[in-house]
Amino acid sequence: MIIIGEKLSIIAKRVREAMMKKDKSPIQEIATRQWKEGSGIIDANIGPAEDGGEDLMQWMVTTIQEVVPLPICLDTTNAKAIEAGLKVHNNQWGRALINSTSNDPERFPILELGAKYNAQVIGLTVGKGGLPADAEERAGIAAEIMARAMEYGVPLEDIYLDPLVLQIATSQDHARHVINAIKIFQEINDPPMKTVVGLSNISNGCPKHIRPILNKHYFIMLMNAGLTAAIADAHEMAEAVQEKKLIDDVLAGKKIDDAKKMAEITKTIDVIMGKTLYAHSYLEM
Amino acid sequence: MAFTAPKETYSGKVYNLTIGAGDRAVSFGGENVLPFLFFEGAIPNKPLAAYEIQDVPPADWPENVRKPFSSVSGDTVAWAKFCQDTLKAKAIALRLIGTHPDRENRSAEDAAKTVKDVLSAINIPLIILGSNHAEKDAPVLIAAAEAAKGKNCIIGKAQEANYKTIAAAAMANNHKLIAMSELDINLSKQLNILITQMGFDKERLITDPMCSALGYGLEYTYSVMERIRLAALSQNDATMQTPILADVGMYVWKIKETHAPESDMPLWGNAEERGIAWEAATAAGLLIAGAELLIMRHPKAVEAVEKLIEELI
Repeated sequence: MIIIGEKLSIIAKRVREAMMKKDKSPIQEIATRQWKEGSGIIDANIGPAEDGGEDLMQWMVTTIQEVVPLPICLDTTNAKAIEAGLKVHNNQWGRALINSTSNDPERFPILELGAKYNAQVIGLTVGKGGLPADAEERAGIAAEIMARAMEYGVPLEDIYLDPLVLQIATSQDHARHVINAIKIFQEINDPPMKTVVGLSNISNGCPKHIRPILNKHYFIMLMNAGLTAAIADAHEMAEAVQEKKLIDDVLAGKKIDDAKKMAEITKTIDVIMGKTLYAHSYLEM
Repeated sequence: MAFTAPKETYSGKVYNLTIGAGDRAVSFGGENVLPFLFFEGAIPNKPLAAYEIQDVPPADWPENVRKPFSSVSGDTVAWAKFCQDTLKAKAIALRLIGTHPDRENRSAEDAAKTVKDVLSAINIPLIILGSNHAEKDAPVLIAAAEAAKGKNCIIGKAQEANYKTIAAAAMANNHKLIAMSELDINLSKQLNILITQMGFDKERLITDPMCSALGYGLEYTYSVMERIRLAALSQNDATMQTPILADVGMYVWKIKETHAPESDMPLWGNAEERGIAWEAATAAGLLIAGAELLIMRHPKAVEAVEKLIEELI
């Protein structure tokens, strides 16, 4: 499992301010911490970056790679900014990952960049026409992205399929559709396709104290489904791995000694699998 | 081999709710099957349609639904008696719309007096509704709940912003309570949890997932109601086993299809029939989705829906 450290995102106030001021130290501090916590790739999410995106992405890539010997996940909808980032990316630390292409024709040029710079590419399984309804629709879109990748000269082993994690608080059924999609994605090619998720979106909109609980359980369940990589909080995922045995035991129908933990795991698995209806207080019921 | 109809069995059951007192008390809910699937289990009670009246004259209602009440609607008590005695209403829903700050801005004391007057004039169950102004509803419904003490009414609607005071008032005066959320099943469950965590008995709750009229998002309401019922029955979710309210009249009689005269819309046909049909069709759709309690306006629409219920059960 590869953790793509999620913390360098323009959504976070501290990161946004550092990006605006081109202040290296917070960026390098966060990047270093994520590396130490076990990230294998560092996500650099600069948002749509319509103005000055090229400069900003180059600055992010070099700033991070100055202190951390890891490849970067170039996360923006601005193709020019991605190309600028790829130009300065230090491939000595591994190949860059582009986030992302999709089945929307506007996103096809991203594949050209992948081929030109020998980068890996995330293929988000959405099209132009709204969100996929279930795992099968996601697989259908995945097949189209794969065909397009071959057309543009990106090898399938360089594509990471992303089934798009949605918020459990508003789109509960998708939690299990995504788990199924991860399984199906591996079956539609030999060798199996690589997969990735933006993990913490599952708990977006949920109360703060239950976010890590949902994230960790979902991570373990996706890991069991064969997930290759997750854009996530490396620290949280290290904790999840510690708890994996307990979660796996409950998933296998075994009873564990700690009754409180047992209830927490059972309730969270049931909510993820759609066996009980999600509510913010689901753990208290 | 003889054909055997496949039957679904469910693990959950909707709570049976009784409102009012004496021989005019009415029950609804209590079923352990999806709406009208009586061959799969038990449906002990029919859905209940309550007549909507209000504390001020219905100047904002369109002419065609004002007309049946024109001789009584100037006086809330007379209006209530008319529904009970002439229209044979099984329950009345008194909406205290006049308390809204943008309307007559009646005080909580005035509202409580109206509730008392209506209760002393009728013997059928009463549903007491605020003006849907989260802030004003709190004092109004506290006063109304006290005024109706011991009458086993339904108080509503408690929303996320004001549920604590309104639930406490309903609890202190031994009433049932409507919990309303805005077309979101997860928030609807959450509100029910929060209210029961205050010590309010879940078997005295009614869920209002928010109504909408045919053509104006009915399918959203339908879907939320249907999923609530499935969670109650298939998943045995105790927080979702409350009866469901469809507050139909208020939503139907404000859309242009129930307002526009035939002279403006000749292709739409007779405006009165159209409005009645619109209300009846909306109500029928939501009964099929899982509503056990309807609040309606036009007597002919109520009549049509009651006939439908008779024929389906």
